[in-house]
Amino acid sequence: MDQKFVDQFKETLEIEDREIAASDNFRDYDEWDSLALLSVIAMIDEEYDVIIESNEFQKLQTVEDIYNYVTSKS
Amino acid sequence: MAFQTVNNVKINGISACVPEQVADNSELKLLGSEEDIAKFIDTTGIAKRHVVGDSGICTSDLCFQAAEKLLDSLNWDKADIDCLIFVTQTPDYILPATSCILQDRLGLSKDCFTLDISLGCSGWVYGLSTISGLMSSGNFKKALLLVGDTVTVTKSDRDKSTYPLFGDAGTATALTYDMQAKPMYFQTGTDGSSYEAIIIEDGGFRNFFNETSLEVKEREPGIYRNNLQSYLNGQDVFIFGITRAPKSIKALASEFNIDTDEVDYFVFHQANKLMTEMIRKKIKTTPEKVPYSLNEYGNTSSASIPLTIVTRLRDKVGGEPLKIVGCGFGVGLSWGTVYFETDGLVCPEIIIYNQNT
Repeated sequence: MDQKFVDQFKETLEIEDREIAASDNFRDYDEWDSLALLSVIAMIDEEYDVIIESNEFQKLQTVEDIYNYVTSKS
Repeated sequence: MAFQTVNNVKINGISACVPEQVADNSELKLLGSEEDIAKFIDTTGIAKRHVVGDSGICTSDLCFQAAEKLLDSLNWDKADIDCLIFVTQTPDYILPATSCILQDRLGLSKDCFTLDISLGCSGWVYGLSTISGLMSSGNFKKALLLVGDTVTVTKSDRDKSTYPLFGDAGTATALTYDMQAKPMYFQTGTDGSSYEAIIIEDGGFRNFFNETSLEVKEREPGIYRNNLQSYLNGQDVFIFGITRAPKSIKALASEFNIDTDEVDYFVFHQANKLMTEMIRKKIKTTPEKVPYSLNEYGNTSSASIPLTIVTRLRDKVGGEPLKIVGCGFGVGLSWGTVYFETDGLVCPEIIIYNQNT
């Protein structure tokens, strides 16, 4: 998958102390909370013009899941 | 789509009143570590809020002082006011309507049309649309639109998804029938399928206040509230705001041939900065045209658009004519956009509620 998306995701969550992988379960990150969720939705809307509805987002577990969802819609 | 053109109605003045007590989010342990607090303030833009606390101040009290100051500044004779609309979701009583109480308290004529409207974040736009629509034919000559909420009393102090976001405020908008007035334009809409996205479950007539209403329960990890305290689905409301608000503004501009580059200010409902900045970018306007009051007052529900005009545009609206777009969106779910022009708006300085009157 596109490294650019991983970088955008990392930047949105303000993760600075480590690298992240596409296979990571992002819900396990210490940085993951309700504000992080909104920031990711905003980033995807802004960068990819895709809105992920709540019931769809709940099904996504890894960074790659989000990427695949976004690319299937954009 | 629901569009409206309203002729012959001029907005003469706007005022706003907030309680004296200030809640400082930078000291709010509920938000977590210092780092969490900094991130919250940075993302939402909400640093401080004026709140009623346990003072017992109601929305009608704040609106009353806002109205008194505005009428005084306009030098209006109260006997001439023939229409009063009060928009709130925090009324004095379940019954009677608070607008009736305000008619008497303000000393308005008994020959006065009064009405309560129950809306939140879209409330000022809806109230303006209703009152100006009633005035347009010339039946009412002078009118008062009182709009506000004390939403903080409906939030659980153990619910970080709502508690740090909100503040309290009451506002007054004065209008006259004026055949020289420039038209106002409205676009309004409703999506009741998401009524549960922002809701207080108990205490109405669907679910009466009952023996379980005050039971505080953990609803999500770390989020506690009872059934008289409001629930907010942040994710659904966020998506709603960033999609509906820009569409509403674009639809209004297209319907009425408004060149958005010619608009001087876009005053958005002050939900949170992440959301309103998304809306700003989607309508492709510059930060200079989008004033914010949420850093100092938080999300004040229906009061947020007039409060932002009073606190951030006061020097501007008092002078040269200006073109303004206001857009409110939220509980209902409900949204509305208005285009109006100001010409020497009377805008007294923000009022801090005086408890001794």
